[in-house]
Amino acid sequence: MTTGEHQEGSHTHEEAYTALRTRALESLLVEKGLLSTDAIDAMVQAYEQDIGPMNGIQVVVRAWMDPAYKTRLLENGTGAIAEMGYAGAEGSEIVVLENTPTVQNMVVCTLCSCYPWPVLGLPPSWYKSAAYRSRAVIEPRSVLRDFGMELPESVEIRVWDSSADVRYMVLPERPEGTEGLGEAELMELVSRDSMIGVAKANSPSAVA
Amino acid sequence: MNGVHDMGGMHGFGPVQPEDNEPVFHSPWEARMFGMALALGPQGIHDPEGLRNSLEHMEPSEYLSFSYYRRWLEVTEQALMRKGLLTSEELEAKTAELQAHPDTEAPRIEDPELRQRMVTAIYRPSPPHKDIGVVPRFQPGDHVTVSNVHSPAHTRLPGYVKGKRGIIDRFHGVHDFHDVLPEGQEAQPQPVYSVRFTAGELWGESAEANQSVYLDMWESYLTTV
Repeated sequence: MTTGEHQEGSHTHEEAYTALRTRALESLLVEKGLLSTDAIDAMVQAYEQDIGPMNGIQVVVRAWMDPAYKTRLLENGTGAIAEMGYAGAEGSEIVVLENTPTVQNMVVCTLCSCYPWPVLGLPPSWYKSAAYRSRAVIEPRSVLRDFGMELPESVEIRVWDSSADVRYMVLPERPEGTEGLGEAELMELVSRDSMIGVAKANSPSAVA
Repeated sequence: MNGVHDMGGMHGFGPVQPEDNEPVFHSPWEARMFGMALALGPQGIHDPEGLRNSLEHMEPSEYLSFSYYRRWLEVTEQALMRKGLLTSEELEAKTAELQAHPDTEAPRIEDPELRQRMVTAIYRPSPPHKDIGVVPRFQPGDHVTVSNVHSPAHTRLPGYVKGKRGIIDRFHGVHDFHDVLPEGQEAQPQPVYSVRFTAGELWGESAEANQSVYLDMWESYLTTV
């Protein structure tokens, strides 16, 4: 057996035990009347189905299409996002940062996993990883290369470490060649990663 | 606290590994753990110090080796035990029982009132602003130095900026302060600023080109240059 197989085996065992232990905890909490099953179901359902990057994508596309909205969004992110119906936990105060040809903003939480839930949902695993949390502030260009993004030194990198109650979302630059596209087509171009600032919005040719 | 969670600037954790089409939860237990943690929120099991304080006080090697929601499971168990809501024996017995009888149906209790209260809570913003008439000491453009203080308790001041010089970028408002203070001291709301640090100030000759870090900081972390 190689080391890799051994680690895989022990990982699977650990995972099975954790799953069992979590079931035991839920059973006890429900039996004791400390929690109800449907409250847990509702939390899971909300973040699996209703609260996710599709919300942020709508905000981005509206900002691309509506200059007045974009101005409001950059001046008062929380308010402009609430106009679209998005607000709530882990996003009571949201600041939106505009990426341009000369400035690349990217967001991290070095101490924890702070992330703008109402517009992006729950963070992906890489955002919570030690690798991203440790490196984003000291070698962001190298981190961006892990995402396949190589930026010239003329582009300024601004890393936003969300350590307080403000949450940050990035407004990616609207790709060239999208002037004739409608809302649905534009939405196809916006990725979650582009709203964290570790990617650009896709160009129409890449999506087609 | 100067713990392993304070990761900004550390070396050795390898490449960032994005996952294509990553699901919100990687397995059903992660989803249940997340749901339980949120639904337990109003019961304040981590009070008064909060969930993050519990996570940061985990045994360091466990913090680093456990997956994200495995950490949540660990601190939730510990908090419930501290509050006397659960015993280790109960948990061990229930785990053994489920291991011996994997097909056991989970008990199901519905409480539409609790469910509705929780759903309402996740869609309701709770603005951090506290209108208590505190006047901010700093203005955008002011030069500041970060205090070189080392609290053994929960703080939002990361190690990598301590003693460094930055410039106030913007004033966010007067917000609740979340640091855990020594017994007897009560945390008062304070002005919060986004402070800009050049990469050169933070990382010296190791800094990458044309880069800066913006960090949100409560006023008590800052002194005048």
